[in-house]
Amino acid sequence: MATRNSGGLAAERDPEKPGSAGPESSAGPVARTRGLSRSFGDHVVLDDLDLDIQRGEFVAMIGRSGTGKSTLLRALAGLDQGVSGELEVTAPVAVVFQEPRLVPWKKVWANVSLGLRARDPRGVARSALEETGLAARADAWPLTLSGGEAQRAALARALVRDPGLLLLDEPFSALDALTRISMHDLVLSLWERHQPAVLLVTHDVDEALALADRVLVLADGQIAHSATITVDRPRDRDHPDLVTLRIRLLTELGVATREVDTLDAD
Amino acid sequence: MGDAAPIQHGRGATVPVSTRTRTAREDNPPEPTSGPGGLPIAAGVTAASRTRAGRGWRHKGWLRLISPIAVLAIWQIISTTGVVSAQKLPSLTTLWSTAVHLITTDSPTYGTLQGAMAISLERVAIGFAIGGGFGLVLAVVAGLSRFGENTVDPIMQALRTLPLFGLIPVFIVWFGIGEVPKITLIALGAAIPLYLNTFAGIRGVDGKLAELGKVLGLHRSEMIRDIVLPGALPMILVGLRQSLGVAWLALVVAEQINANAGLGFIINQGETFLQQNVIFVALFVYLILGLLTDYIVRLIERRALTWRRGILEG
Repeated sequence: MATRNSGGLAAERDPEKPGSAGPESSAGPVARTRGLSRSFGDHVVLDDLDLDIQRGEFVAMIGRSGTGKSTLLRALAGLDQGVSGELEVTAPVAVVFQEPRLVPWKKVWANVSLGLRARDPRGVARSALEETGLAARADAWPLTLSGGEAQRAALARALVRDPGLLLLDEPFSALDALTRISMHDLVLSLWERHQPAVLLVTHDVDEALALADRVLVLADGQIAHSATITVDRPRDRDHPDLVTLRIRLLTELGVATREVDTLDAD
Repeated sequence: MGDAAPIQHGRGATVPVSTRTRTAREDNPPEPTSGPGGLPIAAGVTAASRTRAGRGWRHKGWLRLISPIAVLAIWQIISTTGVVSAQKLPSLTTLWSTAVHLITTDSPTYGTLQGAMAISLERVAIGFAIGGGFGLVLAVVAGLSRFGENTVDPIMQALRTLPLFGLIPVFIVWFGIGEVPKITLIALGAAIPLYLNTFAGIRGVDGKLAELGKVLGLHRSEMIRDIVLPGALPMILVGLRQSLGVAWLALVVAEQINANAGLGFIINQGETFLQQNVIFVALFVYLILGLLTDYIVRLIERRALTWRRGILEG
C-alpha cells in the first residue's frame, strides 16, 4: 500500500477494498501517476511518467516490446512493489492478463467468483458469464475451454468485481483474428454497459483505433504521443481520421510509411 | 529444445557438401540430417503410443492381473510337485488352510489373524496420521516462506538421510518397548516423503496463479486453500503413496521387536515355532493391506484430479 501512494498523495478510498466501487461524486481521475519510475538494475523501464485516466475513459496504450507497457499496467494493478514516484488508484481494479490465468482445478463459474465475497457467488458468476456469452460452459473445467472461451471467462471474472478501472494486458494477442474481432465487440459492449475506465495494453494499432477514446504511445518509459479519437463506434477502419491517425501512430512506433501501405494492402 | 542442436548441426554440414556437387549431396547429407532429425520424432511417437497403451490398461484393469496370477500358479506347481520343499515354500493351498485356521481359532501362540491385523492397522493408522500430519504442516510452513524454509528444511533434509531402522535401538532406550517406539518409527518414516513431495509441490505452483490471487484480493488462508494446496495436490498424492509404503515397511520392522500382538508378532512366533506357512500368511496379509491402501489413494487421486483428466479425455 505504501508504495502505491508513495508520493504522499493519499488515496481517498482504499482501492483494494471491495465495496468502494459505485459512482463516485468526485470528478478526479481513477488513476493518476506523477513522476512514476521503475528500473530493473541499470535498465530504466519507466522514466518519470505522468498519466491520468479519467472515470469511464477507454485508454489504449501501444508501444514496441520492452517499452514498459506491461510494467506500467502491473504498477497500476499493485503488482509491482519496486516503482517510485506518485501512484494513485482510487477505484477497484480488475485485471485481464495476456493468458487467461484460470485456476485449472476450479470450474469456470468458481473461477469467476474466486475471491468474491458475495452471498450467492454461483449466481453472480453465472450472470457475468451470461454477459460474456459463456453461460453454457459455467460448469466446465478450464482446461477444456478454447482460447477465446477462456478469455471470455477471464473477462467475466474481471467484470464481476465491478471495477472502476479495468486493466487489459494484451488480452487478445493470443487469439485468432476472427475470435479477436468478436472479443473487441464484447469488450465494447461490456464497457458501454458498466462504464469502467479501461487501460488496454496492446501492440496492435488497429485494435487501439477500433476501441479507445485515447491512444497513448509509450517509448523509452515515457508517453511519447497521445491522440484522442472522436470517431463514433462501431468504427469503420477506413474512416479518414483513423487512416491518418494510423499512419501517425505507426510513424511514432518507428514503422516506415511504406510498410504501412503494405500492411493496408493485406 | 535439446534435439534442435543435432539437427542444425546436420544441416550445417550439408551446406559445404551441396555446394560441391549434386551427387555428393544426394549421397551424403540426407543420412546425417534425417538421422538426428528422425530420432527425436521416433521417440515422440513411442512416448505417445505408450501413454495411449497406459490408458488402455486402466480401462482393462484385469490385464494387470495376468502376471501375478501366473506367478501364483508357478508357485503352486513348484511347491506341490516338490521341486522346492514344502518347508521352504508352502503351497498356496496349505497357506489358505493355515489362514482359515488362524482366523477361526484363537490360539495362545498366535491369537487370531484378524485380531493381529486390527492391531497392525491401528499402529499404521496412528503413526501415519501423526507423521503425515506433521509432514504436511511442516511442508506448508517451509513452502510458503523463506523463514519457514530456512527453519524447517535443514532439519527435514537431515532426518531424511538418517537410516530409519538404525533408530530402533535409540527409540527402545528412549521410549521403552511398548507402542510408543513403534508408532514413532512409523510416524517418522511417513513424515519424510510427504514432507518432501508437498514442499516440492508447493514450490512448483505456478507463480502466475499466485499473482492472480493477489489481484483478486485473496486472503492468505484463501490463497492456501484455493491456489497453493490444490496446485500442490498431485505431488501431495505422490507423497501420500510413498508415505504409506514407508509406513507399512516401518510397521513390519517395528512389530518384530518385542511385540506381543500384531502381524509382526505372528511372524516372530512362526519363526520361533518353525512354521513357515504362518510367516507366509502374515506376509500375504501385509501385502494385501499395502495394496489396499495404495488403491484407496489412487481412488482419491482420481476423484481429486478430475480437472486434469479433463484434458486427457477431451
